Amino acid sequence: MQDKLNEIEKAALAALAEVNDPAAVEAWRVTHLGRSSELMGVFSGLGKLSKEERPTVGQAANRVKVALEAALEEKAAVVKQAALEKSLAEEKLDVTLPGRNKHIGRLHPSTQQLRRVLSILAEMGFQVFTSREVETDEFNFQHLNFPPHHPARDMQDTFFIEAENRGDNPILMRTHTSPGQIHAMRYFAATDPNNPPPIRIALPGMCFRYEQITARSEVQFNQVEGLAVGKNITFADLKGTIADFVRRMFGEGARLRFRASYFPFTEPSAEVDVECFVCGGKGCQVCKNSGWLEILGCGMVHPNVLIAGGYDPKVYSGYAWGMGPERQLMLRNKVGDIRYFWGNDVRFLEQF
Amino acid sequence: MKIPLSWLKDFIDLSGLSVEDVARKLTLAGMEVDEILYVGLPMPVYKEGEKHEFKTNGIGWDKEKLVVAEIREVNPHPNADKLTLLDLYDGQQDQVVLTGAPNIFHLKGTGKLEKPIKVAYAKEGTTLYDGHAEGQVLMTLKRAKIRGVDSYSMVCSEKELGITDESDGIIILDDDAPVGMPLADYMGDAVLDISILPNMARNANVIGIARELAAMLGRELKKNSNQLPVASGQSVKELVEIEITDPELNPRFVLGLIRNIEIKPSPYQIQRRLKLAGVRAISNIVDATNYAMIEYGEPLHAFDYDVLKKRAGDKKIKISTRAAKDGEKLKTLDGNERTLTAMNVLVCDEKGSLSLAGVMGGSESEVTDSTKNILLEGAAWNFINIRRTAKQHNLPSEASFRFSRGVHPAMSEGGVSLGLKYMAEWAGGAVAPDLVDAYPLPPRDAVVEITVNDVKRWLGIDLTLEKTAELLKRLEFKCEVKGDKLQVTSPNHRMDIGEGVVGVADVLEEVARSYGYDNIPTTTMADALPPQVGNPIHEWEEHLRDLLVALGLQEVVSYRMTSPEKEGRIAKHDEYVRLANPIAPEKSVLRRSLVASVIDSLEKNIRYSEAFSFFEIGSVFVPHKNELPDEPRKLAIAMTGLREATAWDVKDSAKLDFFDLKGRIELMLSGLRLTNISYTATSAYSHLHPGKAAEVKAGDKVIGVFGEMHPLVKEQYELGDSPVLVAEFDLDTMRAISPTYGIKTIPETPSMYEDIALIVDESVKAETVEALIKQTGGRSVTNVRLFDLYRDEKIGAGKKSLAYALTYQAEDKTLTDADAAAIRNKIVKRLEKEVGAKLRS
Ligand SMILES: [Zn+2]
Repeated sequence: MQDKLNEIEKAALAALAEVNDPAAVEAWRVTHLGRSSELMGVFSGLGKLSKEERPTVGQAANRVKVALEAALEEKAAVVKQAALEKSLAEEKLDVTLPGRNKHIGRLHPSTQQLRRVLSILAEMGFQVFTSREVETDEFNFQHLNFPPHHPARDMQDTFFIEAENRGDNPILMRTHTSPGQIHAMRYFAATDPNNPPPIRIALPGMCFRYEQITARSEVQFNQVEGLAVGKNITFADLKGTIADFVRRMFGEGARLRFRASYFPFTEPSAEVDVECFVCGGKGCQVCKNSGWLEILGCGMVHPNVLIAGGYDPKVYSGYAWGMGPERQLMLRNKVGDIRYFWGNDVRFLEQF
Repeated sequence: MKIPLSWLKDFIDLSGLSVEDVARKLTLAGMEVDEILYVGLPMPVYKEGEKHEFKTNGIGWDKEKLVVAEIREVNPHPNADKLTLLDLYDGQQDQVVLTGAPNIFHLKGTGKLEKPIKVAYAKEGTTLYDGHAEGQVLMTLKRAKIRGVDSYSMVCSEKELGITDESDGIIILDDDAPVGMPLADYMGDAVLDISILPNMARNANVIGIARELAAMLGRELKKNSNQLPVASGQSVKELVEIEITDPELNPRFVLGLIRNIEIKPSPYQIQRRLKLAGVRAISNIVDATNYAMIEYGEPLHAFDYDVLKKRAGDKKIKISTRAAKDGEKLKTLDGNERTLTAMNVLVCDEKGSLSLAGVMGGSESEVTDSTKNILLEGAAWNFINIRRTAKQHNLPSEASFRFSRGVHPAMSEGGVSLGLKYMAEWAGGAVAPDLVDAYPLPPRDAVVEITVNDVKRWLGIDLTLEKTAELLKRLEFKCEVKGDKLQVTSPNHRMDIGEGVVGVADVLEEVARSYGYDNIPTTTMADALPPQVGNPIHEWEEHLRDLLVALGLQEVVSYRMTSPEKEGRIAKHDEYVRLANPIAPEKSVLRRSLVASVIDSLEKNIRYSEAFSFFEIGSVFVPHKNELPDEPRKLAIAMTGLREATAWDVKDSAKLDFFDLKGRIELMLSGLRLTNISYTATSAYSHLHPGKAAEVKAGDKVIGVFGEMHPLVKEQYELGDSPVLVAEFDLDTMRAISPTYGIKTIPETPSMYEDIALIVDESVKAETVEALIKQTGGRSVTNVRLFDLYRDEKIGAGKKSLAYALTYQAEDKTLTDADAAAIRNKIVKRLEKEVGAKLRS
C-alpha cells in the first residue's frame, strides 16, 4: 500500500509539473485530489483494512494529501502570476485613440463675458439691475439729456417702432442700457423720496443700433453699465473705480488713460483706453497702430439725469460707465467678425 | 476734421513740440486725433519695440533732395512730341528735367521765360509717390535715358508729394517761393484728422483747435485781425437791406460787398492748405469763403452782386429770410431742383428764393468766372432746422456740418470781415464801407456761479477760486470772484454752456479739461456702500442657464428682429411689434416666438454636426397698439440628431426622441426645486405632433409645452431626417412658483427592493399606474421607477407590460418579507380593480 501511495504521489507531482494555466490547475486538482481521485480511493478504502493497518495507511495517505495540496497551492500561485503577467503584457491600449465623447453644453460667449464683468462688478458692490429692451424716446433719450433733434442723437442711430400719435415720444429699441439708470434711480428714490438712498448697480443688456450688418457693425450688442449715485461721489472716485475694474479685468499691469469725451448723460465725460494687450503698446492691427484700445466710456452723471431720476444734483452726485462684452471678446479672443456672435454657428460657439 | 499743422501755427507757437505731442494734447483734451498724415514733415522713426501712439500715414520729404527750384527755359524734347525739356535752377546748379506735365506743355518751345516758374524739384535718389501708379506707391528716382535724353530728376505733382490722391500736372508754386530752400522747410506739413464731438462745434475750425491747444499748453493764442479791410466807394448799407421774418430761425444776418474782383486761382499755399483740409480749390473767391470758414468757423455764402441787382431792377436790393412753404421749389447749386417743406429756411430777394439757408446756395445767383462784384453773407441759423434740412435733402456739407451743431451768432460779423479780407488779398477789388447787419436775437451768454465746494464735490480736487478762474480764462471764459463765488461768463464763440445746476456741470467739465484729467487723483469711494440686495430674477435665470448647460445644452443668442414670414413657419401671429425703419425685410418685426429663434439656429447649423441640443433664454415681444410691448421672458429648447456622440468603437445610431427632451425637462424642473409637476398630452399646438406633445404644469399652472415638431412644420425647414424636439417655457410663471426648500432625511431603516410587472391595456397611461401604486402603497413605498415597457404576442394584442422597481421602507421599523408581500398584494388588487391590471409572472 505504501508503494501505491508513493506511486500516486510521484505520478501526481509529475503531472503537476506539466500544468501551466489556471484551467489545467483545476483539472489537476479534480484528477488528483478530487472525490473520485485515486488518493481519495485510498481514504475511502481504509474501512476495509485491518485494525492494525488502518492508522499506518491513513497516516501515509494523509501525508501524501498534504504534500499534494501544498504543491497545488504553490503551483496555483505560480500559474496565476504567470497568467497575470501574460494578460498585463497583452492588454496594451493604444492610448492615442480618441476618447468617447458626450454631447456637452456651453454658455454663449457673450453670456460668459457678461458673467466675468458682472462678477467683478458684484465684488465691487455693483448689483445687477435689468430693464426693458423696447423703450420710449423719453427714457432712452430725453431723460438722459438728449433733447429732441439734439446733434448727439446722430451718435446713436435708432430703430423706431411703428406707433401713432406719440408726438415727441416715439417707441424705439433702446440704443444703450442707460434708460435703466432712470428706471433704477426712480425705483430707489421712490423708497424714500425725501432722502433717496445711495445706488450702486450694474446694468447689463442687449442694445440696438440702426446699422448695416457688417464684420464691424451689428444691429444688436450687449452693454454693461455701472452706476453709482450718492452724496459724496467725485470724478476722482470714478477714476479710482475704473482703475480698480480695469486691474481686475485686464490684469495688474494694465496701463490706462482718460481722454476727455462727450456723452449727453455725463459731464465731465471721458473715454478710457487701456494699453493694447495684443502688442503691449508697440502698435498692431488690433489697436490700429495707436498702442491703445478704447474699452469704455464714463463720466459724472449729468445734473439733468439726476433730476430725471429723482435725485437733487445739488446734494447728490454720481458716475456711470459703460462697456461692450462683445467688443471685449473681439479684442481678447481676436474675433475678427462681430457677426459671429448672433450667427450661432456651432463652429464658433464650440471655441468658448 | 482735417487740420494742417502749418495752419495751426498761424495762431499758436508750437516750437519744442513734435507732431505727436500736439496730437496727444488734443486727444487727451477731447479732440481725438484719428490719424496723422505726414505731407513733408519728417515722419517719426520708431525703433524696435518703441511704442507707437497714432495711426500714421504719408511721407516725409528729404531735405537734401527736394527743393524749391525755378524753371528758366522751356524747350521741346528733340525726339518726343509730348515731352518738354525744362532748364531749371535748383539754388546750386542748373538742371535739365524732362516732363510731360499738361500744365507746362503750352509753354513748350518758348525758350527763355520772361518770369521764371517756381516748382518743387526732386533730385536723383528722391523717394516719393509714383505719379502714374494707381493709389499711393512709393518709388525712388533713378537715372535713365528717355528717348535719348538723360533723365535723373523731376518736377513734382501734388500726387507725387502726397498732397492729393490725384493730380494732372506739376505744382506751380507762388512767385515768392525761395529758390534752393528745402521743400520741407517751405511747405512741409502734417495733417491732423480730428473727431469733433457734438458738444465741441466751436472747435470745428483752425482757431478753435489752436485756442484749445493754447489753453492746454498755457501758451498765447495769436489773434487774426478781423477788422474790415480799408474800404472805399458807396456803403453797402445804401445798396442792400435785410428783413428777417423769424428771428428764432435766423437770429442774425450780415452782408458785406466787394467790388471789382478778378476771378483767378488762389495763391498756391492757400490751395495746398485747402486741399490738405479736404476741400477742393476752385477759385480765389470760392476759396476765400471756404478758407475763412475752416479758419474761423463761420460758413459764408457768396452771391453775384450784379445778378441780385438786376433782379431788383437796379433798385436797392432787399434780402429776406423766411421758412419755406410746403411744396415750394428751389434749384440748388448742384443743379437739382428741390421740393421744400416748412422745416427749410430760405434766403430770398423780392423776385424769389436765392438759397437754402445754411445748407446750399441756389444756382441763379452763384459766382461765375465773369463775376465782378460779390455780396458776401454770414449768418446764424437755428441748428435744428439746418440739421433736419440737411438730412431731408441729403446735403451734408461743410456749412451744414457746422450750422447743424450750432454756430454762435457773434461769429457772423467776424466771418464776413475775414472773407472780404481774403477776397481783397487774393482777388484784388475794393471792399465797400460797412456791413449790413440784422441782429434781432442776440443770444445771452451763459453766466454761472461756482464755489470751491462745487469743484471739490464734483471733481474731487481742491482748487481756489483764483486757480479755477485761471484755468477757465485760458478758454476765454470771463471770470470774476464775488465773495465765496466765482462768476463765470461763457465766451461768445460757444453755445454749449448752460445755466443753473447744468451750467455748473458744464463749467466744471471745462475746469477738469483745463486742469487735465491726468492730474485729477485716483481715489477710493468714501461714500457708504448701499445694502447689497442682489437680483433674484437675474440670479434665477443664471441658475437655469447653468442647469441647462449641465444637461448638455448649448446656449444660443439670436436676433430680436425677424419677419412674420420667417417666424410664421412655426408660430403664426397677426400682431407684431413692427419696426418703422427696418434694415431689411427679414428683420422687420420683433420676435414673438423664442422657439422660432432657436429653430433658425438649428437650421443654420444642421450640416455641421450629427446632434444638436440648443437653448435660448430671452424676451419675446407682445404688442400693444401704440404703447410699449410686453417683454415676457422665455426659455426655448430644440434638440435633434443622435442621442450619443458616436465614437470609433460605438455606433449607437439611436436618435433623440420625445423622452430625451422630457428627461432634460424633468431634471431641469427638479434642479429648480419645482414640485407637483404633471404632464398632459395635448394636440392643441399646431407646431407639435398631435400624438407626441405635452403640456407641463406645476400645480394647476401651465408652465410650458414640448414635443416633437409637427411633420408639416418640419417640412418648412431644412432640418435633416431626425425628429426635432422643441420646448418653450414661460419663465415669468415658473419663477413666480416658490420652490421647495429643505431636504428629505435619509432613513436609517433598511429598504427592500422588489420588481413587479403588470399587464394592462394600451389605453392605460403609465402616469395612472404609477399614481395608483404610490397611492396604495402610501408612505411605505418610497420609490417607484418604471424600468421596462414591453409588448409581445404572449401578452396579447392591445396590451402592454409595465415593469416597476419598487422600494419599500418604513421610517420606524425594519420591514419583513411578509410586510412587503402584504403591501404588494394590496397594490396588485387595487390595480386589478381600477385598471384591470394583471400581475405578470
Ligand atoms: Zn496693439
